[in-house]
Amino acid sequence: MATFFGEVLSVYSRAVEEEEDEEDENEEDKQIRRELEEKREVRLLWNPDLTASLKSGDKLPCSDLIIAVGLNAASFMSVYVLSSAKWDRVGHASVWNERSRAISSEDSPCIFYRHKDNPSVLICLVTGYIAEDQQFQWTEKVFDSLQQRQLSVTVLSDSFVAEYKTADYVCRGSAPFLRSLHTSGFSDQPVCHSLEQPNILTGLPAAVLNHCQVHRIAAVVYQCYSDVIGPDSISMETFKPALTKLGRSIQLVSSPNTDILRKVAKTTDIQSNLYI
Amino acid sequence: MFISSDSSTPCFKDFTLVMPAVAVGNVGQLAVDLIVSTLHMNRVGYIHTDCLIPMAGNDPYANRQDNTVELHTPAEVYTSDEQKLAVLQIRAPILQTKSKKFRQLLVSWIRASGFSRTVVLSSSHAYQRDDQQLQSTPLRYLVTPSLMKTNADTLKELGWKEMERMPAFPGLSNPDAEMRLCIPGGGITKGLYTDSCEQDLPLAVLLLFCSEGDNIPDAFTIVNHLNDWLHLLDEHSQKTNKWKIPTSWSLLFGSGIPPALF
Repeated sequence: MATFFGEVLSVYSRAVEEEEDEEDENEEDKQIRRELEEKREVRLLWNPDLTASLKSGDKLPCSDLIIAVGLNAASFMSVYVLSSAKWDRVGHASVWNERSRAISSEDSPCIFYRHKDNPSVLICLVTGYIAEDQQFQWTEKVFDSLQQRQLSVTVLSDSFVAEYKTADYVCRGSAPFLRSLHTSGFSDQPVCHSLEQPNILTGLPAAVLNHCQVHRIAAVVYQCYSDVIGPDSISMETFKPALTKLGRSIQLVSSPNTDILRKVAKTTDIQSNLYI
Repeated sequence: MFISSDSSTPCFKDFTLVMPAVAVGNVGQLAVDLIVSTLHMNRVGYIHTDCLIPMAGNDPYANRQDNTVELHTPAEVYTSDEQKLAVLQIRAPILQTKSKKFRQLLVSWIRASGFSRTVVLSSSHAYQRDDQQLQSTPLRYLVTPSLMKTNADTLKELGWKEMERMPAFPGLSNPDAEMRLCIPGGGITKGLYTDSCEQDLPLAVLLLFCSEGDNIPDAFTIVNHLNDWLHLLDEHSQKTNKWKIPTSWSLLFGSGIPPALF
């Protein structure tokens, strides 16, 4: 394609990458591909007692799984739920990709917590980037570790209101707002409007919903459309109604932990050096 | 792999399968949307695979007034029993490193299901046509030898143009030049076609030369072209526009315009 100024640009189709001639791949290319694939493999690392249990063939008992994807969702869970000190950290995921090089447990993009009094309630915070080719794998590995009878899954996720398509522009002014999407196995009533066409979910929430739909697990995703780039307390509060249905195991703390709130808000303070 | 959405597995024996290739302009996928939407086809199962980028959405074929939620996944199979027609819709891009695996998955599913014939709706970059292709119709077809045996007469009657082979080294004026099939922008189309030839599957490709942009007219072109062969629609229908546009096609180019812009 030639531009106005005469330079020639190669045009990329939004639909398609050119299919490479795989016959031209030699042994070295194949070896590199294999090593890359191995490096990009998602690994779930549980605490020793859980690892032993899984090795002996027993899956982790789980009646409720709550997954928080994105900074607002994860911060909401940290501030309003995990701060009650009734939760044990039981595992994390090791994920390597172009945006996330976490190998150790401290900087893991994905951490699992279990309720001390009710060990069948699990929370997973996903704060890092899980690449498109890893999302399916992550989902399969997590669900493979859990016993799936009577399992109910809730996913909280963040998005930008700029990605929300609506004919009525005024609607965007009411950000942040929640939209939901659930599987056919979910028989409860969602706490907000369902996500209207032509909007879609992508990423980890979509991968989880796909898995649950196909395997007939009750699952619901609550996506918060926010007009602020970083985590903020108003967007976090939007998630509150989503957890009301989960009974006594997920009790929200009455007053949010201000230390954690401050730490979260600090990361997104816009620093101006105009008046230094 | 295919997972049924009901408790029973559907039987596809002797059905015709229509499926899109994820290709330039998403023309095949748009055309398949029109088919499912117009014929009110029922979803019977999912192709659950790690080869596609995950996405999920509400029912793309629902009427606007419907308030129900029905979750839809990146690859689903719909059927219309009275027409013995099955349709696979693919809604997400194929992961680049998994395209060969996805092709193999499809070919083995097609063979195992016993479809009488498969039609792949695809497209190719219009800007890469040669002089000859620029002057004629933008529609082309390809047929495996297995399908040619049973459909040669029909294709002759329709007067369709077969996709030309291109010289492997254009510009070299060698009469013995190697000619090969080239479908730029066609995604897995060429791979699917060659795999089906090798495995003796009855498969046809219908493709359209087009460019990225508003591809709705292209979708209508290819679906009407397909209808000339398969006669999916009631021929006595008096309506000029016979195909029903699904609600998921709204806002294809973004949201409503903010009034403050002006």
